[in-house]
Amino acid sequence: MLMNKKHLFLVIALLACVGLASAQNRKALRINEVMVTNDNGFVDEYGHRHGWIELFNSNYGPLEISSVYITNDPNNPTKYPVPMGDESTHMGKRQHIVFYADDEPNLGPLHLSFQLAPGQDNWIGIYDADGKTLIDEVVVPAALAPNQSYARTVDGEGEWEIRNGGDKYITPKSANKIKDTNNKIQLFAEYDGHGFGMAAMAMCIVFSALLVLCLAFMAIDRIGQSAARHNKAKAHGVQDSAEKKSIEHDSGEVIAAICMAMYQHLNAHDTESTVLTINKVKRAYSPWSSKIYGLRQLPH
Amino acid sequence: MITSISLFIMESFSFGDFIQTNLRQFWELTGFANAELGNFVMLAIGLFFIWLAIKKNFEPMLLVPIGFGILIGNIPFNTAAGLEIGIYEEGSVLNILYNGVSAGWYPPLIFLGIGAMTDFSALIANPKLMLIGAAAQFGIFGAYMVALALGFEPDQAGAIAIIGGADGPTAIFLSSKLAPNLMGAIAVSAYSYMALVPLIQPPLMRLFTTHNERRIKMKPARAVSQNEKIIFPIVGMLLTCFVVPSGLPLLGMLFFGNLLRECGVCNRLAKTASNALNDIVVILLGMTVGASTQASHFLTTQTIFIFLLGFMAFIIASASGVIFVKIFNLFLPKDKKINPLIGNAGVSAVPMSARISNNLGLEYDPSNYLLMHAMGPNVAGVIGSAVAAGVLLGFLA
Repeated sequence: MLMNKKHLFLVIALLACVGLASAQNRKALRINEVMVTNDNGFVDEYGHRHGWIELFNSNYGPLEISSVYITNDPNNPTKYPVPMGDESTHMGKRQHIVFYADDEPNLGPLHLSFQLAPGQDNWIGIYDADGKTLIDEVVVPAALAPNQSYARTVDGEGEWEIRNGGDKYITPKSANKIKDTNNKIQLFAEYDGHGFGMAAMAMCIVFSALLVLCLAFMAIDRIGQSAARHNKAKAHGVQDSAEKKSIEHDSGEVIAAICMAMYQHLNAHDTESTVLTINKVKRAYSPWSSKIYGLRQLPH
Repeated sequence: MITSISLFIMESFSFGDFIQTNLRQFWELTGFANAELGNFVMLAIGLFFIWLAIKKNFEPMLLVPIGFGILIGNIPFNTAAGLEIGIYEEGSVLNILYNGVSAGWYPPLIFLGIGAMTDFSALIANPKLMLIGAAAQFGIFGAYMVALALGFEPDQAGAIAIIGGADGPTAIFLSSKLAPNLMGAIAVSAYSYMALVPLIQPPLMRLFTTHNERRIKMKPARAVSQNEKIIFPIVGMLLTCFVVPSGLPLLGMLFFGNLLRECGVCNRLAKTASNALNDIVVILLGMTVGASTQASHFLTTQTIFIFLLGFMAFIIASASGVIFVKIFNLFLPKDKKINPLIGNAGVSAVPMSARISNNLGLEYDPSNYLLMHAMGPNVAGVIGSAVAAGVLLGFLA
């Protein structure tokens, strides 16, 4: 019964962990870019143009969004439930997905049940599977002109800005900020071309890591020795604290000698050429090893 | 239209033509028709590795799979035929096996095995030996500086420099992240130098030590309790990974394997991790790393530089370990001096470099057994090189 309770507790704890992890994943979903009026831009799978909302999975792992809600009405958080069981609602790590705000949900899972209103502020929110927890929201300003988008400067983070498609690209289904170089490497190449900086920093870190470990084990060593001294004093009946401190830790050789003596004592045997046992010698019969089946039978 | 062409072909084609055409196509698929000079050079290198392993007994567990992998990877064939047999062809059997290298999940599994095989008692009994393991990592960063001077990009330089850690799995792990195109050369170079440790280290150790220093006798290590052995992997993982989280795949698995070994209640798991699992991964890793060294990728001037840099990194690492001990001795009381011959063991070629310390110590004093003392910096070197890899990954990835 006790074991059952333990197992039950473990299962509940594991389920809670899984639940928390999954909730955390969905919380990394972000509204990334929005276009309210689309006359000459991105088209849907039927070749039509609508306003659109781009979401971004800021996780470094895949995300299934089929249980979240997308809405433009704070009083109706569950306005558009993203349908379940569709391949298109599975997002890869750091990937984008575009929903079309055309009020035609019968056209597919990426078609929302509402439209965005040009010339006025548009509030957009995404809610978690419970329909209560707000994951992300944005108010798209009324000043957004047709064919302009309202986007984050960097995927999943950063300030919002209006993009006109000229010097500021409109980027449905792709990164809002295009990275064409690795900044870290560029900085190292520019400021640490000879490598002294890296060598100094890295060696400091390696030394620190091992020094911390060294100090921790020196402390553990002291605690261990003190405990061993205490146990030895107790075994010898020493009460005086000054005398306790003078007790030496047994060396490896002493411990090895004690172990050998105990082994010999516990496995004591006189020198014998033969050891008698009462174990039953059993040979299991098998037709595979039987001689009669292996011999050629003479014809009668 | 198609029917008329095929009819025409059928009419004009005799049975002899049919056989001839097929045989010609088959000939075009054979290795003889596709062979280039590079393939033969690589096959010779593969055979040389196998010879080194079998005849000279240089790291046979690694050089036999790598050497045979080189043979497998350099059989010439017509890549345009779409046979899906090459290691770089997506979906081929070799490509699937190579995923453990390219995605970097073989090295952590090997670290699990190393953890399950390694007794950290020597290190726990004398924690200050950890600093030797740290000092020997200077080889990595010395090679990094030289690689930059030779014109490598910082990420490539980092991947090459890790050869100085003398740790094959770490080198593969880091190069798969920082410079996948150089991984074959880096891995082969790392394992080659690990096999050559008995030739590279002793002259350096003699060069940097005096006769008296080589005869320093160290106190026997104290006995380490079971509790300390259990605490070590837990505290070790927490402390090192808090400092360098990017080393988590290697350090986490190393300490996990060690906990399996020391906890006393997971003997079956520890046995599997240190025997069957480790052997399986070593076979697959060695073979696929060898197969990845195809002539077109491998026979370049970059490979020559990588081998030179690797050699230099090994020398700097071994020398810096020995020199660090000599400097450290200046601050230690007379009865607690460390024999500098164990400084070379700060590189993580376990247990080869510790064995070299012991052999050299015995050469100068037949009663001076240094093996257990050298195992301290040796296993600290494993931790140190994993931390260094984590640092490079954190800075350059």
